[in-house]
Amino acid sequence: MNGTCQDNTVALWDAHSSRKEAFEVIVKRHMKDAYLIALGLVGNREDALELSQEAFFRAYKHYDDLQSKGKFFPWFYQILRNLCFSHLRKRRVRRASSLDDTQYGCPEPEGQECFEPDAIAERNEAKDRIWKAMSRLDDKHREVIILRHFRNMSYDEMAKVLFCNRGTVTSRLFYARQQLKEILEHQRGAPDAECIPGEPEKGGQTL
Amino acid sequence: MTCQDQRDLMMAYLDNELNERQKQAFDEHLAGCPNCTQELEEFRRLKQMTDCVALVEPEDRVWEQYWGNVYNRIERGTGWLLFSVAAIILFIYGGFQLIEHLIEDPTVGVLLKIGLLALLGGLVILFVSVLRERVYFWSRDRYRDVRR
Repeated sequence: MNGTCQDNTVALWDAHSSRKEAFEVIVKRHMKDAYLIALGLVGNREDALELSQEAFFRAYKHYDDLQSKGKFFPWFYQILRNLCFSHLRKRRVRRASSLDDTQYGCPEPEGQECFEPDAIAERNEAKDRIWKAMSRLDDKHREVIILRHFRNMSYDEMAKVLFCNRGTVTSRLFYARQQLKEILEHQRGAPDAECIPGEPEKGGQTL
Repeated sequence: MTCQDQRDLMMAYLDNELNERQKQAFDEHLAGCPNCTQELEEFRRLKQMTDCVALVEPEDRVWEQYWGNVYNRIERGTGWLLFSVAAIILFIYGGFQLIEHLIEDPTVGVLLKIGLLALLGGLVILFVSVLRERVYFWSRDRYRDVRR
C-alpha cells in the first residue's frame, strides 16, 4: 500500500496522448486497492466489484475537477467511500422497510446479514467471528480497521485519504478497536487468540 | 499525563507509529500503570486476531476484465450524454415546429391556439424561474471555491 497516496498522476496524464490510455494505467494501478477496500466496507464481492468500477467511472468523469492532480488516490478514495457508504445506507433503508412490511421475526444485528463469510480467505471459526463482529461496527470505525489491517496503511497515509489529521486517525482507531473488542466479548467471553500467527488454527472450517 | 492521554498514544504504540522519544515515554507510563498494561495486552491480542483475517482476492480473470468494464461504462456514459443532448434538441425543435404549424393552420380553433400559447408561455416562465433560482443559490454558495 505504501506509495499509493503519492502517485504521480500528472506525469502519467502528460505521457499518454489519449486521456483514456492514461486513465487505463491509473485504473490498473489502483484497482486491487479499490476493490479490496470496497469489499471491506460493504462485505459483498459483487457489490465491491460494481462499486469500485463505478467509482473509477465517476473519477474519470470528474477528473478535471481535481485541482491537485498529484493527489489522485485520496481524491478517488473519497468517491469510493461515499459510494460505499451510500450503498450501505440504501441497504439499511431497504432492510428496515422490508422488516416493517413483515412486522415479525427476529432480525439479526444491523449489517451482519449482508457480509458474506466467504469474502475472507482461509476461513475458520475465529476468523468468521471477527468478520461478523466487523460487520457490526459503525461505517467510519470499520473503515479505519480496513485501511489499517487489510490495506496496511500507515497513519500518515490514512490521514491523507481520510482528509483528517493523525490525531483523528489514532482516536478513531482506538474507538474502532474498543467497539470491536466489546462486540467480540459480547459474542463469547473475552477475545481469545485462536488464530494468532504461528499458532495452529482451531475449529478450522477452511473452504 | 493521565491514562486518558496515554490512550491516544496506545494505538500508535501498538501499531509501531511512535517515535523513539514517545515510545520511551509510553514504556515508562506502562511500567507504573497496571490498568494500561492490561488494556494494551487486550488490544494486542485483538490486533493479532484481526491481522490474521485476509480478504479473498478474486481470480485473475476478474482483473483482466476490470479495465474493460470501466471502459464500457465510460463509453456508454458518452453515448448516453450524446443521446440525451440530441433527444432534447430534437424534442424542442419538433415541439416548436408542431406549435408553429398549428398556429398557422387556419382550420385549428382559436381556443386550441390560445391553449398552446399558454402552455409555451408557462414552460418559458418555469424555465426562467428555475434558472434564476439556480443562479441565485450558486452566487451565494460559500463552498463553491473550495478546492478539492
